[in-house]
Amino acid sequence: MSETPLQPSDRVASVPESGIRRFFEVAAEMDNVVSLGVGEPDFATPYRAREAAIDSLQRGRTSYTANKGMVELRERIADHVTRYDLNYDPDEEIIVTAGASEAIDATFRALVNPGDSVAIAQPAYVSYEPGVRFAGGEPLPVETRAEDEFVLTRERLEAAGAQEAELLVYCYPNNPTGATMTEDELREVAAFCREHDIAVMADEIYAALTYEGDHTSIATLPGMRERTVVFNGFSKAYAMTGMRLGYALAPAHVVESINRIHQYTMLSAPTTAQHAAIEALDNCEPDVEEMCTQYDRRRNFVLARLDEMGIDCFEATGAFYVFPESPWPDAGEFAEALLQAEQVAVVPGDAFGTGGEGHLRMSYASSMDDLRTAMDRIERFLE
Amino acid sequence: MDERAAVLDLLRENARYTTADLARMTGLDESAVEETIAALETDGVVAGYTAVVDPSKLDDEPVRAHVECNVTLDRETSYRDIAQRLAGFPEVASLRLMSGDYDFALDVEADSMGEVSRFVSEKVAPLPEITQTVTHYVMETYKESNHRFDTEEGDERISYSP
Repeated sequence: MSETPLQPSDRVASVPESGIRRFFEVAAEMDNVVSLGVGEPDFATPYRAREAAIDSLQRGRTSYTANKGMVELRERIADHVTRYDLNYDPDEEIIVTAGASEAIDATFRALVNPGDSVAIAQPAYVSYEPGVRFAGGEPLPVETRAEDEFVLTRERLEAAGAQEAELLVYCYPNNPTGATMTEDELREVAAFCREHDIAVMADEIYAALTYEGDHTSIATLPGMRERTVVFNGFSKAYAMTGMRLGYALAPAHVVESINRIHQYTMLSAPTTAQHAAIEALDNCEPDVEEMCTQYDRRRNFVLARLDEMGIDCFEATGAFYVFPESPWPDAGEFAEALLQAEQVAVVPGDAFGTGGEGHLRMSYASSMDDLRTAMDRIERFLE
Repeated sequence: MDERAAVLDLLRENARYTTADLARMTGLDESAVEETIAALETDGVVAGYTAVVDPSKLDDEPVRAHVECNVTLDRETSYRDIAQRLAGFPEVASLRLMSGDYDFALDVEADSMGEVSRFVSEKVAPLPEITQTVTHYVMETYKESNHRFDTEEGDERISYSP
């Protein structure tokens, strides 16, 4: 008999602690840490959106909204995504959630049967694999590689055995690599999914942070809309991480399934955040453009400094991460030594699954002063 | 954004960016950055470089005032003529011709309120074209040239996040 009846389920126990968590605890004890380990903007939410949130509170708009989110917000989202050639019915095909993370988790539970194989393009956002496991599925890592600029290819899918998978999950622009995929590259993935009747979960939370060329959504390609769930949200583009607001776009029956879970767990996304989001979509586009300009400059700066230091790094063209090769064979050891010696926080790539080994995730969502300090310290550390 | 606009934008953000950093951020080479800056200076687009100072942090905080001036023109005197005279006073830190209720806005800086008052009453008001002055003393500055002084915002994000 166990000491306490409060034991984690086998499903929960099978999921290890996040690789990021270990570093967080070390860094939390230190002063003067310059962090390139953060996965969120360093900008505050655009002022107008914050004002809208305050206004909604002052007016006492603090009750639940419709399960799928405020109608006005879903209508704004439907308009907004037309910029990516996505057309979804705000009544039936859009659901607003507490962050894109909730949408992804609910979708796993809505679509995955016990034992189902879920292909995950790796390195990947840390929550996909646990999400699949919590839903009872079997994660199938599909490694992408630096030599392919971390794009997902048919060869990689086939080599991983993804043709047997029920579902494919990916994120482009990508966390942690900063990679994006072109329309032609996505066509290859789309063809593979159609051939093998695989559904797709396309995490496009960084779509607005695409620096070279336009973002393409796989759901716009022939035969893909009906087999794809698209995720997006306000955290990254609108610097609203703490507001916890995301959304999913999918055919009506899928949204209905996601909502079945959402209505019994979250009920509805935070109301204050939904008011802020309406204002963000209506009036904060200049803020997004300004943030993109700043990120692009910082990206150039970081890539140039890494190059000058002789650290190999493919040219990340999206999100706010670069994913250079670790100067030491063991990226975890390097990250730990760098943190101890120079108080610079970076994340070892293996925290994001296979394919990430030997790399480091560096976020450039930090001020130019901090980025310069971090790069100077890394340079000094390498000397 | 063209090269000139990109460099100018960055200089306005922080004029102390090194040429090397400007080159890294814009993707230009250093010589192109130097040439662009030289052209901006030669063309008078960049008229000077200055520090943004929070006056409250100084040991001897200067007194600053915003002075509204109304003027009257005649056939031989233009706004520009009056502006030339006003701009020449070292106490005048900035001078603008305005639309609306008054004509000129002067930012005046001096060591004491008395000095500001004397300057306005003895130097500005007596000019023949000046018909009225209204002096507003600056009580506190919260934002200057896009820099905010009233915040102590650090980076509150946790060092590692997914």
